[in-house]
Amino acid sequence: MNGTTVKSAIVAALFALVAGPALAVDTLKIAYIDPLSGAFGNVGDAGLKHFRYAAELINADGGAGGLTVEIVPFDNKTNPKESLVQLQKAIDQGIRIIAQGNGSSVANALTDAVNKHNKRNPGEEVIFLNYAAVDPALTNDKCNFWHFRFDANVDMKMAGMTDWLAEQPDIKSVYILGQDYSFGKAVSAAAQSMITEKRPDIEIVGNELHPIGKVKDFTPYVQKIMGAGADAVITGNWGTDMTLLIKAAADAGHEVPYLTYYGGGLGTPTAMGAAGVDKVKQITEFHENIETTPEQIAKMDAFEAKHPDVDYYYQRVFTTMGMLDKAADEVGGGDVVAIAMALEGMTFETPYGTVEMRADDHQLIQPLFISTFTDDVTRDVEGTGFGFKTDVEIPAAATATPTTCKMRRPS
Amino acid sequence: METIAFALLNGLIYGLLLFMLSSGLTLIFSMMGVLNFAHASFYMLGAYFAFTLGNFTGFWVALFLAPILVGLAGAAVERWGLRPVHANGHVAELLFTFGLAYVIEEIVKITWGKVAVPYQVPSALDFPLFELFGSQYPAYRIFMLLISILMLVGLWYLLKRTRIGLIIQAALTHPHMVSHLGHNVPRIFMLVFAAGCALAGLAGVIGGNYLVTEPSMAFAIGPIVFVVVVVGGMGSLEGAFIASLLIGFLQTFAISIDANFADFFGWLGLQATSEVGRITIASLAPMLPFLLLVLMLMLRPRGLMGEREF
Amino acid sequence: MSDQTQNPGLIDLAPTSAQKFTTRLLPLILFAAVLLIIPLLGPSRTAYSLLNAIGINIVFALSYNMLLGQTGLLSFGHAVYFGLGAYAAMHGMNAIEAASFDGGTWALMPVFALPVLGFAGGALAGAVIGWPSCRNAGVPFAMISLGIAELIAAAGFMFVSIFGGEEGISADRMNGIEAFGLSLGPISEVYWFIVFWTLIGVVGMYAFTRTPLGKMGQAVRDNPERVQFVGYDPQRVRYLVFIASGGFAGLAGGMSAVNYEIITPESLSLLPSGFVLLMAYIGGIRYFAGPLLGAIVLTWMQSNLSDFSEAWLLYLGLMFIAIVMYAPGGLFGMVLGFARGIIQPDAAPRLTRWGALSAAAMVTFAGVILLTEVAVSRTSGHVFAPGGLPLPPSSPLSWALGLALLIGGGWAIRHLSQRFAS
Repeated sequence: MNGTTVKSAIVAALFALVAGPALAVDTLKIAYIDPLSGAFGNVGDAGLKHFRYAAELINADGGAGGLTVEIVPFDNKTNPKESLVQLQKAIDQGIRIIAQGNGSSVANALTDAVNKHNKRNPGEEVIFLNYAAVDPALTNDKCNFWHFRFDANVDMKMAGMTDWLAEQPDIKSVYILGQDYSFGKAVSAAAQSMITEKRPDIEIVGNELHPIGKVKDFTPYVQKIMGAGADAVITGNWGTDMTLLIKAAADAGHEVPYLTYYGGGLGTPTAMGAAGVDKVKQITEFHENIETTPEQIAKMDAFEAKHPDVDYYYQRVFTTMGMLDKAADEVGGGDVVAIAMALEGMTFETPYGTVEMRADDHQLIQPLFISTFTDDVTRDVEGTGFGFKTDVEIPAAATATPTTCKMRRPS
Repeated sequence: METIAFALLNGLIYGLLLFMLSSGLTLIFSMMGVLNFAHASFYMLGAYFAFTLGNFTGFWVALFLAPILVGLAGAAVERWGLRPVHANGHVAELLFTFGLAYVIEEIVKITWGKVAVPYQVPSALDFPLFELFGSQYPAYRIFMLLISILMLVGLWYLLKRTRIGLIIQAALTHPHMVSHLGHNVPRIFMLVFAAGCALAGLAGVIGGNYLVTEPSMAFAIGPIVFVVVVVGGMGSLEGAFIASLLIGFLQTFAISIDANFADFFGWLGLQATSEVGRITIASLAPMLPFLLLVLMLMLRPRGLMGEREF
Repeated sequence: MSDQTQNPGLIDLAPTSAQKFTTRLLPLILFAAVLLIIPLLGPSRTAYSLLNAIGINIVFALSYNMLLGQTGLLSFGHAVYFGLGAYAAMHGMNAIEAASFDGGTWALMPVFALPVLGFAGGALAGAVIGWPSCRNAGVPFAMISLGIAELIAAAGFMFVSIFGGEEGISADRMNGIEAFGLSLGPISEVYWFIVFWTLIGVVGMYAFTRTPLGKMGQAVRDNPERVQFVGYDPQRVRYLVFIASGGFAGLAGGMSAVNYEIITPESLSLLPSGFVLLMAYIGGIRYFAGPLLGAIVLTWMQSNLSDFSEAWLLYLGLMFIAIVMYAPGGLFGMVLGFARGIIQPDAAPRLTRWGALSAAAMVTFAGVILLTEVAVSRTSGHVFAPGGLPLPPSSPLSWALGLALLIGGGWAIRHLSQRFAS
């Protein structure tokens, strides 16, 4: 990707050396419960590599609260029931911290199960670090003390997106297209209410849900969007549904911005290719071309040198692990109830600004970035030659949407 | 007006792609009684082969080579997989192909990775051909249309004008009679199986870059292909052709319709805000083929133009 | 295996009461005894959760085999009945929770009895869907089951008020009346719940095979025309078996609802339907106990094999193909054949033959595993090192070794089977 490959390889080798002999007896184990086989195995695999790398960095730096951090992977096949079996396996191995991100259905099952487990087995509490499941309910109606979310939820991202929309006088109408399931519906509902609030003059010319993963040809949808004369499209689509939509739009010559949640999702840039250039915008907490420190760039290089097939994508995994490290250092060990208390309300410095774990609902409040898919970038994604370029930064405070969470804390 | 024009054109292309996939399956099914679950896996192999070959030879050579390779793979599967299982009956054969679909998907994941590969439309065809009602129409789609029509003509010629075609036609309706007449039926099976897989491979070559080439592409399209074969009817290529186009049109038209259940059943007192009333026709589009399948099997089990029941 | 020496002069084909006991009652008693002994060994909670999953899958796989093995109906949508039964039980569980605060008739229902509701849900779904599907066996039946599974799974995501959308619905099992003094909180107490219903399911389904209807199902499987001549309506027989099978699948669903306390529409889809087919077939559809064995083996594989290899689905697929091609009796058929082979006279040469063949098969399989793991390690970054010998994917030696094992083993199988045949 650039000339620092040799340097980063040395860094990686050093980490390997340091991490190798540091086989301390006392370990802080984290169960990584995500798909490692099946349809979403690739996504879970990428997440695991990020977690392992973050653990190596922490261990090289003396560990968390004096303990060596170890990531133990459990394959849940993106299936809620199988996740509960794997959760039980993890708990029985003495693991008290679990991490998961793929699929709100799994996250809902896990947060529910963790809550029940902690109630039924006092003294064996487990905490749940959610690094990617974005269903708003998890930090609203279904919130509980043991769940911490490190990704911005649907509503927060939509708040950022609509802030940006409010300052685009050219956009007078939008079309909302999403997948027909809870996430797509949440995006649609958030878009409608926030647009009406922030720019009542913008007309919502279409609001449509399509069956998830079943549509082969999006051309009819694109024709509908064009027929409605939309100036912008908002979509929560991901994976193949995202790629096919963008390809169909490019084929039809539809030149309006597509505001997406997962335009940069794993594999999407590769499949999208040139079709997405200057069209696809995404709102995320991270992309590789945000201005940052040289150390952070060296870290990204070292990661990509170690894993040539995976891009540095989950900055929030490093935030998750960094905050866990800080909490463990504060409590001086691996007592998860104390760690949970320490995490509550914690502020933390990331290479991209200060973040805070809001105590009310355990939702991380962090700056977000709107960026555009383009060929004019210093760091590309997935070796495509394309990458994301920041349009605007949304300060953390602006994304802090209110919560309905009424949290009960252990006494 | 423009909705209808676009829906017609897109439905036609999608329908022809489906026919390319299902024509081979119909032939195999009618002759051997095997509903090949792995048929869509050969479609996927076609796309992946074309992607890999294309990196060395370019798209145009891959367009010819990839289907041949897929056909050879199909022949091997028939010879060393399906034929030994034949003695155990149709259910065993069907289950063999069911397992094969699993295995091919896993092998593809291990070989090419779990994410989509960058198999793109060749640059020579990556331009808008014409503009229709303010929307561009890509040249590659017309190319797909041409390839499909060529295949259609070729298949028709092969079946109606050649000796092997006559035998195949006879074997479609009277497989036992053909073997009594002294033809080497196992070899015909193998040939047809290979040719059917090659056609599926061809569909993969031209469909893989137009859609997305990824390990789940076979599972996504597999059930639809069954629908075509069953709705079309046993032993009838014409039926499969009509069913393909029907499903192609059905899916594209349904998406273009802007109505929900409340619009249709409002006179029954169904509210647009209720859960049932809110369901749009467009969101049902991918379900329509399965509805058609179930209704067809219940009401007319021989399919549209089936020569005999299953 | 009737023992003709007992009745000299008169060939009595009916099994004696002693045989009835050893072949019918004894296995069930042994099975129950094993289930009762397990807790004495002090299993971990992980073991309990795996055992619970196995119990659910045993009932599910056996209910599937009522269709495939016993009536000759190949279904690709059996998870529909499992899922609908689970949903019925789950709504029941929520009603019990609501009634425990507000009162009502639901307060009289213990959570322990919810599988009954699951059975009713599954049987009802079977009764509604079954009649038109059961006109033909074979491909039309398989295709209708496939289409219906797709439709119901799609409906599952569409009707949020019933199916809870993608997140499904969840409930708390620690409510209402406690049956047998079990609070059902700790997983070891849930185990007794699972044991109870697994035994009910197994005994119920075994008893079903002995009923006239069960026998007619087998007759319909073997020769529907003959059945028609005798004066029975095959469609009616299939339909009734279908309802019963849907009911037992729903029973398994009800067990699953209580065990996991969550059910999602994904449970209605083609994937779990395919998995139950694998369980039943790999176990052996020709034997009543086959699917039981298949459920144990595959549930274990599903939850534990993924700890060792991300390519576990490939091994599962290969195992399935191998069984379809070479051992249509499934794992249980193999076990049974082996047991008979030891008992019957001239065991020594037969056992040598089997030993040689299985050794060759092991070598072949080792080759497959080696090649697969080396291929997987290209992307996973973990070098495959069996027994401490690192086999990096960059080295041609790794591939050569795998190929050598594969080809050598394959050749040995061919050679041996030809020699033994002659």
